[in-house]
Amino acid sequence: MKLAYYPGCSLDSSAVEYNISTKRTAELLGTELIEIDDWNCCGATSAHNTDKLLSLALPARNLAIAEKTGLDILAPCAACYNRFRAAEHTVRADSAVREKIQEIIEMEYSAANSTFSILEFLVDKVGLDKIKEKITRPLKGMKAACYYGCLLVRPVEHTGFDDPEDPQTMDKIAQTLGAETVDWAYKTECCGAALATSRPDIGNRMIYEVIQNAREAGAECIITACPLCMMNLDMRQAGAEREFSVKFNLPVYYITELVALACGDSPEAIGVNKHFVEAVSYLKTLPAKAAEMEAEKPQKATKSTAPASEEDKEALQKKINAFIKGFENNPEKMASMLLDDEEKTKILVEIVNADKKKTNKLAELMAADKDKAAKAAEAYVAGEIKKRAKTAGNS
Amino acid sequence: MGKVLTSAIKAKERPISRIEAEAGTDIKQCYQCGKCSAGCPVAFAMDYTPRQIIRLLQMGMTDEALNAESIWICATCETCSARCPRGVDIASLMDALRREALRQGKITDKKIAVFNRAFLNGVKNFGRSYEAGVLLQHNLLTRQFFKDAELGLPMMRKGKVSLFPEKIKARNEIKKIFERAERMRGE
Repeated sequence: MKLAYYPGCSLDSSAVEYNISTKRTAELLGTELIEIDDWNCCGATSAHNTDKLLSLALPARNLAIAEKTGLDILAPCAACYNRFRAAEHTVRADSAVREKIQEIIEMEYSAANSTFSILEFLVDKVGLDKIKEKITRPLKGMKAACYYGCLLVRPVEHTGFDDPEDPQTMDKIAQTLGAETVDWAYKTECCGAALATSRPDIGNRMIYEVIQNAREAGAECIITACPLCMMNLDMRQAGAEREFSVKFNLPVYYITELVALACGDSPEAIGVNKHFVEAVSYLKTLPAKAAEMEAEKPQKATKSTAPASEEDKEALQKKINAFIKGFENNPEKMASMLLDDEEKTKILVEIVNADKKKTNKLAELMAADKDKAAKAAEAYVAGEIKKRAKTAGNS
Repeated sequence: MGKVLTSAIKAKERPISRIEAEAGTDIKQCYQCGKCSAGCPVAFAMDYTPRQIIRLLQMGMTDEALNAESIWICATCETCSARCPRGVDIASLMDALRREALRQGKITDKKIAVFNRAFLNGVKNFGRSYEAGVLLQHNLLTRQFFKDAELGLPMMRKGKVSLFPEKIKARNEIKKIFERAERMRGE
């Protein structure tokens, strides 16, 4: 697959690692990126705050150059993507504005091609199955909050996103890579964008709230697909920590960095060491976390798979029935199998004779795990002794 | 109370305003439920909430709305527009209000306007935005000389900031785009 590539200004400076990892991701997934010739800045928020026509013409020049090549466009920066989609949408819907734009840029442009975000590229163009095939080092053990922010998702009429309130696209990619994703409330909340620069009194609070919510949801890192979100959550995390007297130390990753890592790249090769919140050491803890999860799994597995097989189920039931019969015919012998103390054994016999439910429970436990059955027996006896002491005290 | 109701009726009768036309949205649709403001992530810092801005416009108090600090605090996250049950594009309205305020020279939050100007100056001259230049120009114009100084050096060390702006070849074309857009806006 071939795509026109629009890195945008941020990917040439503060988001260099996003540029490196996007190119690597495309390469690993077999996509050729052809950078748009002599591209210009999309104008971002500043343009549409100032002049509507300018805010459409600046992206349109790039789109028109790409249209000549007949290629669709990949715009990894969420802000550029948003402005490109807005220009495409307007040009398709409003022929009067289209005329004006063509006049301003002195080029033909009909929005015959489309711009894709990195998430659309990964899910719709490449496909999760293909990504899965390329994974050599799954990110097992990672617990991440997928942060979509505003510009990738809204307005939905332009982006066509799955669900504007609770999008899942990035979560699905992260899960495909082997990570666990948390359910959290701030996934499409605004990071404050340029307010962090122009009005830090407002911006810092917004940054704080997003990171705080991710942490409360149990995330150990945040994933983003936007250089501005990265700048705020990563570079300005220390500032937000200072203002609110907290310590987050929560690493933030670009989704493309994680794709490249899962496909075998080293963190340094794709620029993970360039983050402000140190992000390499968390990656190094993942194998141990994955091993821990693996160690916990088999116990659960044997328990849950044992009754799954019909034969095993039958065998187990036979065993349980045998124990129940044992309790009915020779309770003393059964009780002494579970308890050593003679006094306690006697009490247990009385319990099983009086309470069929407890007998069944003990039989079940004995069939599965004798130690657990012994513990249950101890507990029943202890409860009975307490009860008797109470009635004795009352009378 | 009577006055408020009369104004609302008047607003209903009046033709769609220039601001609404530019925003491409109809504020008469708004029934003041407040969903926009409940979900607004910057409402805490605003003098008028988005709902109140629309109310001002409905009552014909356009100057009041243009002088509100809120329109400059709005981060254009578009949560309001996405959630409005009446389909009012509040974010686009905020955008149109900012542009109208600029036109009339009514800028309540200078810092944000200065940031936008610094940003666009870079684009006009180089064809690309120049992060370091924007920050520096912004700090100079707002007289915050040491703002974010602690970030500058590490950014340089990490290769995240260039000493010189990236320039494109077609800088002339970009200048013309700026000029033509400005000229056509007046038409």
